[in-house]
Amino acid sequence: MDQQTLIYIVVGATFALYLGIAVYCKAGSTREFYVASKGVHPVANGMATAADWMSAASFISMAGLIAFLGYGGSVFLMGWTGGFVLLAMLLAPYLRKFGKFTVPEFLGDRYYSNTARIIGVICLILASLTYVIGQMTGTGVAFSRFLEVSYEMGLSIGMLIVFFYAVMGGMKGITYTQIAQYCVMILAYTIPAIFISLQMTGWALPQIGLGATMTEHGTYVLDRLDQVLSELGFAEYVAVNEHNRINMFFYTLSLMIGTAGLPHVIIRFFTVPTVKAARSSAGWALVFIAILYTTAPAVGAMARLNLMETFGTTEATEMVYEERPQWVKNWEQTGLIEFTDKDNDGSITYSSNEEENEVTELNRDIIVLANPEIAMLPDWVIAIVAAGGLAAALSTAAGLLLAISSAVSHDLLKGVFKPDISEKNELLAGRISMAGSIAVAGYLGFNPPGFAAGTVALAFGIAAASLFPALMFGIFYKKMNKEGAIAGMLAGLTVNLLYVFQHKGIMFVESTSYLGSLDPNWFFGISPNAFGAVGAIVNLIVALAVCKVTPEPPENIQHIVDDVRVPVGASLASGGH
Amino acid sequence: MAFQNETLKKQYWRDNLRIIGWLLAVWAFVSFGCGIIFAEALNAIHIGGYPLGFWFAQQGAIVTFVVLIFVYAKLMDRLDRKYGVQETEDAK
Repeated sequence: MDQQTLIYIVVGATFALYLGIAVYCKAGSTREFYVASKGVHPVANGMATAADWMSAASFISMAGLIAFLGYGGSVFLMGWTGGFVLLAMLLAPYLRKFGKFTVPEFLGDRYYSNTARIIGVICLILASLTYVIGQMTGTGVAFSRFLEVSYEMGLSIGMLIVFFYAVMGGMKGITYTQIAQYCVMILAYTIPAIFISLQMTGWALPQIGLGATMTEHGTYVLDRLDQVLSELGFAEYVAVNEHNRINMFFYTLSLMIGTAGLPHVIIRFFTVPTVKAARSSAGWALVFIAILYTTAPAVGAMARLNLMETFGTTEATEMVYEERPQWVKNWEQTGLIEFTDKDNDGSITYSSNEEENEVTELNRDIIVLANPEIAMLPDWVIAIVAAGGLAAALSTAAGLLLAISSAVSHDLLKGVFKPDISEKNELLAGRISMAGSIAVAGYLGFNPPGFAAGTVALAFGIAAASLFPALMFGIFYKKMNKEGAIAGMLAGLTVNLLYVFQHKGIMFVESTSYLGSLDPNWFFGISPNAFGAVGAIVNLIVALAVCKVTPEPPENIQHIVDDVRVPVGASLASGGH
Repeated sequence: MAFQNETLKKQYWRDNLRIIGWLLAVWAFVSFGCGIIFAEALNAIHIGGYPLGFWFAQQGAIVTFVVLIFVYAKLMDRLDRKYGVQETEDAK
């Protein structure tokens, strides 16, 4: 059986599984549609959260990013996991106790204001929509690369699958497909990693292999990598870049706060039965995430080393172009690797020197995508990697789409415009807004805006600068009133957007970036991607200042806060819906 | 409200804040401390092939985060019982 058929069979089987779950998990009420009846086991929710969280970028791009940034890539590793500690201790249990369906709903009730709720909806939609574009393009790319169909065709198939289980099953259907998708994804990630680690170091666990010696010549993997890199003139892999420290600090902090404030992650914790379950479920989520996130650095380093050994590390061992391995030929066709034999000597020089370097294109995604072929693994592994990449993109897309559609049908429609809507009609509205969200996301996938690359960072910035502080104040500061919270959210959002736009262009149109994206103009050397934490600080200061000069929140609101802080007790949390 | 009086309610919340405070101190220490600020100094020490600062940034911090959340869940569970505010099985 040839490889292509095998990929079709494996990917087809996983899709059949997702559709099967969709039929089995049809949602019959808004409670099922929005929060899966709050009956999901904490471990199961942990797994679903992991799939919800780990996107196409985590699966396909992160190891490659680390491979080429070395120590600098730690920003993503710590930032995207550390946020779960904040989520587990500062938000998830209390918001679960509150017991409603959406994040803006908490803002609206806690700050006794529809304005706060609407601002919450706007921030949620801005953050989630920018995030979903990346998932849509990821789906299209994964399809076109592995299944040899066009990008548009791939995107359409992906949308159709999501449409089926998200519109029918809502949160219930999404939860159980995400669990299946996590299993596919983690197998696809760890199997090649274990093989590559075994081949290089003799250790099956990549986390140990990365710190072990190479079977071939007894030097440590990381030492060998540093040695090869410096011979070719690249920066050392494990070295700390001193000038970068402040930026690294803020970047990591922004990603952490942003992670904790992203609505599509928070709403996953509304699906567990108790406050106790919400706490442990966050732990399980991070266990399942950590399996991939501690494997990624090993994949990155080992694949980079393999790559450089293939190209040759000295003049004598340079890769002769005509004798290049089969996987190089395969990926050359996709344009992810390109060579230009500048000196016409028939061999390829890989160097940090632009003039001499003959590897003219080396896409970072190749680290994960070509990994099974580099490690000479059997065809079925490649097929699983294809299914894993698609699972990663689809599971995150579905979670984001649910966050958007519940904000539209529950917060805008039922909450603000038509409070007397019946249960049955709200469920219908939920399904329609889900279909609408998929259509919008699909449109953005077909016509990715020029700023697509910068958008995920924007999503984190918005979540960090506007949503996270407002939610935290709502729980930890009883006296925070609506004026303070609203002013804070608007200030954080504005500062963050202005900073990103002034450096990257208004809506990322480069010519309008009036300060240019030059480092010297950066505020304390903080890059636009790392600015979310500064936005959060601005939010904090503005909120406190405004709160001091405006009236205290009403008595009953302060009681709500008291109730949210304790796992049991009378509250508006139970019932109501 | 499940508490007998206001004082117990305040105490419960203060104990909760203290637990969060300690655990977040560890959280910041392993990531921002060992992983970023002291990373270069720690890199002088090696565990196997891992320079210690690099290990914290790419492995150690993540593993610590996982442990922290489970410790938090456990401690809060104990605290809830101490103050008699734990959820009963049917209180869903």
